[in-house]
Amino acid sequence: MVTQIPAAAERVTDHAVAGTRRPRRSRRERRDALKGWVFVTPTVVLVVALFLVPIGLVVFMSGSEWSLLGGYRETNGAANFSEVLSDPLLGDAVRFTLKYTVLTTVILMPVAFFLALLVQESRRWNSFLRTAILVPSALGIASASLLFYALYSPQVGPLNPILDALGLMDAGGSILGTPGGALWATVVLIVWRFAGYYMILTMVGLQAVPQEIYEAASIDGASRLTQLRRITLPLLRPTIAMTMILTVTGSLLAFDQFYILTKGGPNNSTLTVVLLIYRYAFETRRDLGMAAALSVLVLVALVLVNVFQLRALGGTRKGD
Amino acid sequence: MMSSRMLQRTTGYVLTALIALTFLLPIGWVVATSVLPNPATSQTDGVGLGNYTALINYGEGLGSYLWNSVVVSATAVVTALVAGAMGGYGFARFAFRGKNVVFMGVLSIIMVPYAALLIPLAVWLNEIGLQNSLIGVGLVLALFQLPFATFMMRNAFATVPRELEEAALLDGCGTAGVFTRIMLPAVRAPLVTVALFVFLIAWNDFMVPLFLVGSKNAPLPLAMVNMRQQTMGVIDYGITTAGVVVLAIPAVVLFLALQRHYIRGFTSGAVKG
Repeated sequence: MVTQIPAAAERVTDHAVAGTRRPRRSRRERRDALKGWVFVTPTVVLVVALFLVPIGLVVFMSGSEWSLLGGYRETNGAANFSEVLSDPLLGDAVRFTLKYTVLTTVILMPVAFFLALLVQESRRWNSFLRTAILVPSALGIASASLLFYALYSPQVGPLNPILDALGLMDAGGSILGTPGGALWATVVLIVWRFAGYYMILTMVGLQAVPQEIYEAASIDGASRLTQLRRITLPLLRPTIAMTMILTVTGSLLAFDQFYILTKGGPNNSTLTVVLLIYRYAFETRRDLGMAAALSVLVLVALVLVNVFQLRALGGTRKGD
Repeated sequence: MMSSRMLQRTTGYVLTALIALTFLLPIGWVVATSVLPNPATSQTDGVGLGNYTALINYGEGLGSYLWNSVVVSATAVVTALVAGAMGGYGFARFAFRGKNVVFMGVLSIIMVPYAALLIPLAVWLNEIGLQNSLIGVGLVLALFQLPFATFMMRNAFATVPRELEEAALLDGCGTAGVFTRIMLPAVRAPLVTVALFVFLIAWNDFMVPLFLVGSKNAPLPLAMVNMRQQTMGVIDYGITTAGVVVLAIPAVVLFLALQRHYIRGFTSGAVKG
């Protein structure tokens, strides 16, 4: 009996508190919601003003006659799209962009993977090595392209005499002067600039693999190569997939390196799709409508690539 | 056994040296070329800073281009820090209707390539009084780093113990006070990471100013690229290499000094290429 009193009293006060608290809590909830909105206001302003509006505008522009100097004239339906799609340069640009993307991905990913495995081993010089490989990542693509532009030049570059001595090219020739030379020269530049970046991404993945698995495998007598094939590669699949998305999308949008090294030349042989957007807008056509139409196509293509790759990843990224 | 281990070790050292050299040599070469004599540059005989003097007087003047770069970088870094920190805190700590929609909106920026938005942005910034504006360039660069900044800061705030805030609230601190005096100092390190990433991107960016500002208003990377068109095919590699060095110095120095913070950007899982 006696013990029930405090319990009952507790229940009563509990109820009373709950009763008075309910409206107070909802007021607090409303205040919290308001505070939340205040905190995300800068984000919302940026996203609306510089992201959603431009997306709407690019769609509108793609359906309009809109010249660089004359501005908006009238809506013209799908005329810009049909003009873009009938441009023979577009096919060339798409083909070249895909070729460049495949080449970059196929070279950059194994290089980054190998460097990550090498640097991962805790040896004395490896933090120095890691820093050395990462330094180019601090340079912009534009600075790196300018650097290699000078490096590839017949005037001051050291490569021409070397290639000449190896019998690969005339000393007076230009590395960037042939389609093949221009493509490979750009791939070398991009691998140099991005190897460290993708190496670090891969290392983050490597560090997540539990050390015990390797120890157990060693005890079972598995060789280093077997461990790499049977443990590291399968467990690293999410990381490999992520770095692949980044290289593929990054290469599909290549612009700076080709604008600076080749301007799409020689003979439009290194023209990428994004370079073509720039040309439509500011160089050959001076037609913002056509540039917007190609922008919309690029946007849709990239969103599709992203969605497709994310979905393909969906099953493997659960652990992240 | 002994000799094979030594062989292995030597191979390791040689490999390490070769790889390090591959990545460092181009940078060493550009520094050397910028001061060594070369025909058709401003440094024709003897080692010296002739190319740098030429760079200072090139076009609108190095000072002016550097200032433009500083304006772009500062705008981008400050905007990304303010929006990222405030947004990150909002997403980490408050429940409100529409929160998921806003967060998905931020993340969807990752999906959309900025190459596809520069044409409408060039038109739109004209409309809102940011034509030919370096502030506009900085804001656009910040926008495209917003997913990284927001994600990074939201995760950082989520790891700060709630007791810290509750204690401060009991002491009579308002929400703004808790945010500026308790929460921001607690996430100093991730803030440095965000600032470093955004600075490196903004300082080095060439494409956004190419679309959005004229050559007189160019930040340094754009000015260096423009030089090639203006001289009608005759390229002054002296000024070019000196310009690359000037551009690289702040980026590389900051990167080396803050490498730890740079790596955290990757381990946090918030990186986007």
